[in-house]
Amino acid sequence: MAANATSTSPAIGVAATLDWPEILKTAVFAAAITFLLAISIVGVETQSGPGGLTLSTRFPEVAIAVVGVFFGSMALSLIRGGYPVPAMIGAGLVTGVLLVVLVLEAENPSLKYLLPFQAVVIDWGAVIIPAIICVRAAQVAWRARRQATGAGDTAIGIQIGGLARRLMPWVGLIMVVVAIALPWLPFGSSQRKIIDICTLVLTYIMLGWGLNIVVGLAGLLDLGYVAFYAVGAYSYAMLGANFGWSFWICLPLAGIFAASFGVLLGFPVLRLRGDYLAIVTLGFGEMVRIILINWWWVTGGPNGINKVARPSFFGFTFERTAPEGHRTVYDLFSSVFGQEFTYNPYWRVVFLYYLILACALVTNVFTLRVRRMPLGRAWEALREDETACRALGINPTNTKLTAFAVGAMFAGFAGSFFGARQGFVSPESFVFIESAVILAIVVLGGLGSQVGIVLAAIVLIGLPELFRELKDYRMLAFGMGMVLIMIWRPGGLLAHRDPTIRLPKDPAKPKSPA
Amino acid sequence: MSMAAPQPQTAVDPLLRVEHLSMRFGGLVAIDDVSFEAPQNQITAIIGPNGAGKTTVFNCLTGFYKPTIGRLTLNAPHGRFLLEQIDGFRIAQRARVARTFQNIRLFAGMSVLENLIVAQHNKLMRASGMTLGGLFGFGGYREAERQAVELARDWLDRTALTAHADAPAGSLPYGGQRRLEIARAMCIDPVLLCLDEPAAGLNARESHELNELLLRIRDEHKIGVLLIEHDMSVVMGISDHIVVLDYGRKIADGAPAAIRQDANVIRAYLGEPEHEDLPSAVAADIEKRGG
Repeated sequence: MAANATSTSPAIGVAATLDWPEILKTAVFAAAITFLLAISIVGVETQSGPGGLTLSTRFPEVAIAVVGVFFGSMALSLIRGGYPVPAMIGAGLVTGVLLVVLVLEAENPSLKYLLPFQAVVIDWGAVIIPAIICVRAAQVAWRARRQATGAGDTAIGIQIGGLARRLMPWVGLIMVVVAIALPWLPFGSSQRKIIDICTLVLTYIMLGWGLNIVVGLAGLLDLGYVAFYAVGAYSYAMLGANFGWSFWICLPLAGIFAASFGVLLGFPVLRLRGDYLAIVTLGFGEMVRIILINWWWVTGGPNGINKVARPSFFGFTFERTAPEGHRTVYDLFSSVFGQEFTYNPYWRVVFLYYLILACALVTNVFTLRVRRMPLGRAWEALREDETACRALGINPTNTKLTAFAVGAMFAGFAGSFFGARQGFVSPESFVFIESAVILAIVVLGGLGSQVGIVLAAIVLIGLPELFRELKDYRMLAFGMGMVLIMIWRPGGLLAHRDPTIRLPKDPAKPKSPA
Repeated sequence: MSMAAPQPQTAVDPLLRVEHLSMRFGGLVAIDDVSFEAPQNQITAIIGPNGAGKTTVFNCLTGFYKPTIGRLTLNAPHGRFLLEQIDGFRIAQRARVARTFQNIRLFAGMSVLENLIVAQHNKLMRASGMTLGGLFGFGGYREAERQAVELARDWLDRTALTAHADAPAGSLPYGGQRRLEIARAMCIDPVLLCLDEPAAGLNARESHELNELLLRIRDEHKIGVLLIEHDMSVVMGISDHIVVLDYGRKIADGAPAAIRQDANVIRAYLGEPEHEDLPSAVAADIEKRGG
């Protein structure tokens, strides 16, 4: 819808005459399609009653949907036809009324009959659509005015790009400071829950930053990234369970194992690009998961490995009592600060939070630095044009394999952290949807943008976790968020790319006027 | 690797010697027994009607195709290379044969300067200790990068792209993209530069500037230039030596003046003459346009 409106926007500004029969035809057509879809999906519902399944009907909802689509289609036609203002007012009125009713409904049950649908969550969803139309109409109207005054779209784009570039380091710094201060902020009783969610979000941020090396920089579409996450988690779990090695020994080993799996995947896919590469990597991800399930005498099969050793604070345990010959972290801090600390389960949570924060920041610093190295530039060049890379003497094999290996290594670190945090690993944690979510974070954040990935991870992981009460609609919101970002920011939330090197001013001669 | 020890160069050894080059794709013979030489410090043009196999010759020379038959000897100052035995990217890396593409292949999303820095990848990779040294901030990477930037600045100045150094390469106008591709190829410090239709799509002024640039490259860098081109004002204006291909065979080889008069070339470009008086008239026409 929005894309069509954009393509016709040059017509705006000229007072176009509206083709009413055409508009009505479009609206009726859209309403008819809605009717056909809704009559079977919404109109009839199966309910389990005492005597088995019974059918109940919801025809009023179907009628409301059809009417809504009819007027919505007309509003879109108006926007496209060059009359965004009436569409804006109409959609705005509907949004306003619905919002007021939804807010006041709790105290005033009689208002409930004004709501289009029975379920409140659906009503909230229904508000979003007229709101979007209203915003879109306002945007079109505003742009038409700007065009009338002679200012173009591109100028704004450049301004925003420049602003983003100047602000980005500060935004990053503020984010880091907030992240470090977070466990000390007073959140009251929900503090533990918030730190837990932030730990989860940070895990995905780290995975996103890792996958960003493969997908965002090197341009290799990897749908099986979760396999390396699994390799990292199982490496730590198995090394810890079988040999009793500590987390700090296993962490680098897990990274190395995952990296070697990255190379293993890299070799067969060297010649593949685009869709073919995606399918093979997807298959690789599934293979690893199925091996984990079926190789039960090593991996524990579907039951996974429980009793994964918990990480210690450099040898000092977080348990209530230390095993023979060791001390607890509480004893350590008591002796260091001369103040008595006793067992507190929150300490472990904070420690895990800082651990993943440190891992994620290492990933970030690595990516920022490597982008300025020849290897990082070669990755980006490979993404842009592999043939030209060969003509310049860049070894495409090595370049691709290092991208796979480095990306996989960070997934291995994150996986090892995951195992340590959960204390339990099983193949269920490494299904395809995880790869898809990580990829969604990278793509929606803006390929190659570090801060964009943070924002996307917060939106896609943090918000659904916060709104767990919404149950199944959570995933609906997830999907809707993705669709909306794709419509409005097809390049991702922050799609701006900054050059990794700028031409320094030549000290020898003044800059030539060009 | 087929790198023989550097041999003392004799005066008669041309920079590039192509002998009995043939390239078949299944039953299709794209190049059939073509031999020619490209001397150092000269511009050698390869011309011919569409589908004559010019770009295929380039692809064989630069490792994109493996020739079916033939020997491609590069007598570079840093050693002798048998190009048909070196694979892919190593021709650019070791033998230092650079090329441009008929349809421009820049790293469009990267900045103009970055395009020129990427071209110096192998040099910088060594300086950064295969990235590890550079990552932890030791080694001479910083200095190497500064030198790379200086080389890039030099080429930006020569190709009049300095003002656009930080803009994405894809945003340059067409002529600028053509020049940037040549500058990028020169940044790998080549001994042989292969240009695939560098003047395609340029206007008269731009192709004149291109001529100047190519002559400067030939005279100042003492390298061999191999040029595929349809624009006769470029070909006749700057090449020292022309090779004409038709249907995968070489039909003429010589100085521009000789090529203009060559009956085979005229027939290949304009078809079989029906009247006896046509060739001279046509030759005059080509003369006029070419000059």
